[in-house]
Amino acid sequence: MKSLRKQLDKIKPQFQKGGKFEKLHSTFDAFETFLFVPDKTTTRGSHIRDSIDMKRTMSIVVISVIPALLFGIWNVGHQHFLSLAQTVGFWDKVLFGLGKVLPIIIVSYVTGLAIEFAFAQVRHHEVNEGFLVTGMLIPLIVPPDVPLWMVAIATAFAVIIGKEVFGGTGMNILNPALTARAFLFFAYPAFMSGDKVWIADKADAFSGATPLAEAAAGTAGGTVNFSHSFMDMFLGVIPGSVGETSTLAILIGAVILAYTGIGSFRIMLSVVLGGIFMGGLFNLVAVNSYMEVPFYYHLVMGGFAFGAIFMATDPVTAAQTNKGKVIYGFLIGVMAVLIRVLNPAYPEGMMLAILLMNVFAPLIDNYVVEANIKKRLKRMKPVKA
Amino acid sequence: MSTAKTEREPLFSAKTKKLLLGPLNKENPITVQVLGICSALAVTVKLEPAFVMALSVTIVTAMSNLTISALRNTIPPRIRIIVQLVVIAALVILVDQVLKAYMYDVSKQLSVFVGLIITNCILMGRLEAFAMANKPFDSFVDGIGNGVGYGIILIVVAFFRELLGSGTIWGFRVIPQAFYDMGYVNNGLMILPPAALFLVGIIIWIQRSKNPDLQEEN
Repeated sequence: MKSLRKQLDKIKPQFQKGGKFEKLHSTFDAFETFLFVPDKTTTRGSHIRDSIDMKRTMSIVVISVIPALLFGIWNVGHQHFLSLAQTVGFWDKVLFGLGKVLPIIIVSYVTGLAIEFAFAQVRHHEVNEGFLVTGMLIPLIVPPDVPLWMVAIATAFAVIIGKEVFGGTGMNILNPALTARAFLFFAYPAFMSGDKVWIADKADAFSGATPLAEAAAGTAGGTVNFSHSFMDMFLGVIPGSVGETSTLAILIGAVILAYTGIGSFRIMLSVVLGGIFMGGLFNLVAVNSYMEVPFYYHLVMGGFAFGAIFMATDPVTAAQTNKGKVIYGFLIGVMAVLIRVLNPAYPEGMMLAILLMNVFAPLIDNYVVEANIKKRLKRMKPVKA
Repeated sequence: MSTAKTEREPLFSAKTKKLLLGPLNKENPITVQVLGICSALAVTVKLEPAFVMALSVTIVTAMSNLTISALRNTIPPRIRIIVQLVVIAALVILVDQVLKAYMYDVSKQLSVFVGLIITNCILMGRLEAFAMANKPFDSFVDGIGNGVGYGIILIVVAFFRELLGSGTIWGFRVIPQAFYDMGYVNNGLMILPPAALFLVGIIIWIQRSKNPDLQEEN
């Protein structure tokens, strides 16, 4: 560790003003702070700084998605060999899954970080760590068969239009990872929906329909026939996007996020409550087969759990006030189930629900704050008179 | 605009030049004044209709500016909006009929948007802001300038939308079949109206970073 520090100190002057590599200062900064807690001292304002800075916050989020990632890698292999009707060992499945998922992760990180570094250099600010998480989330929410160049374009779109346009990390209105997915969904629908894409290199005869697709058949008057049990969906041995299938693995991440306080448990809980509320309401009405799907199925199908834990809790795009968080989360849950059940064109409502509520989050906050001000002003009146 | 009148102004003085070229960049109706966005989203899926639309708007803006400017001293101020609308509507109907007669296919693609030129804010804006207070020739040039400024953005947006969304330019296939064989797919988002919004946004972004005087102070 010491020698590393020494090495860094030795080359540091070259990156500061007037140095040889002045133009690359933000690149150097990024690596230095990645390895060590920043040594900057504040000159005014509050002088107490927490060692949990953005890099460490982001690292914890990345750690919390690892269970879902590992399970996803295995599941990609599992579903592939299942469709071919072959029985192979655990490691064969993992290896196949790695071969599919790893390139997506690399493409997403390389594209995104290249753009982040370029913008940091041009705008003379530090490289923001936000992309560490976004770059990890993007591979988890795409189908395993997605062409890599599409991942690259979607990542570039998300980073530039979703984030840099608004001023970079912390200023974005929409969750960048979901922006990437929405871009893919609308730009290349054939690769993001249907029965073919959810299992990598699937045998043609094997049905690769996700539970959501099977459920969507219920909207048009057909009946919903799930080919997977509730337990399968909960554990995640179903076709789907890489990291979204296993509710169990996602829950492990949820515990890490909620325990460290980095993801808001209020949002997570209220999203689930919203989903249960809307699902239960449909159960009561139940005029078609999809509405009869028990409400708890909604929580384990598709990206509901993943969205609730990792997407809705994004501290930048979510509501900031505690009351606002509950309203925001609840409406995400309601919208997600609403879109799923009532609009067959969008089988996965979670993505659209979160993006929609991202846009409304500042408004919700505004009303929560206004209401608080009004409440306190009322309290003041008797004193005045 | 009340500069000291000289006896005979040259046909293309610095002032008329500014009237003509200003709207192309720093006074652009779409990217700076943010007018006429609706039609910019609607007709820019393909280059051909976008070009025809740009041409139509240019003609209508120029001619209505000219007409209103010629009438400006006889129009009672209280009913001037009605008079302006009558002039614009007459011109738009003329353009619409010509398109239907000579370019039926394009006219069908543009559908209602030719008729909606009447409500295009650029037209009323120019009439109110310029033609009512300036001489006919200046107004005519101003109309051409604004129409072209509008048209340039339309054509740039349509170029990228058609290229990325359909792989064609002016209906001709430009992305070789070999690309498709290798797995390239047209971008479906580009065909949807939001793509025009993104592209206009990107144009505004580039334009503002090139012209610091367009940026607000904060």
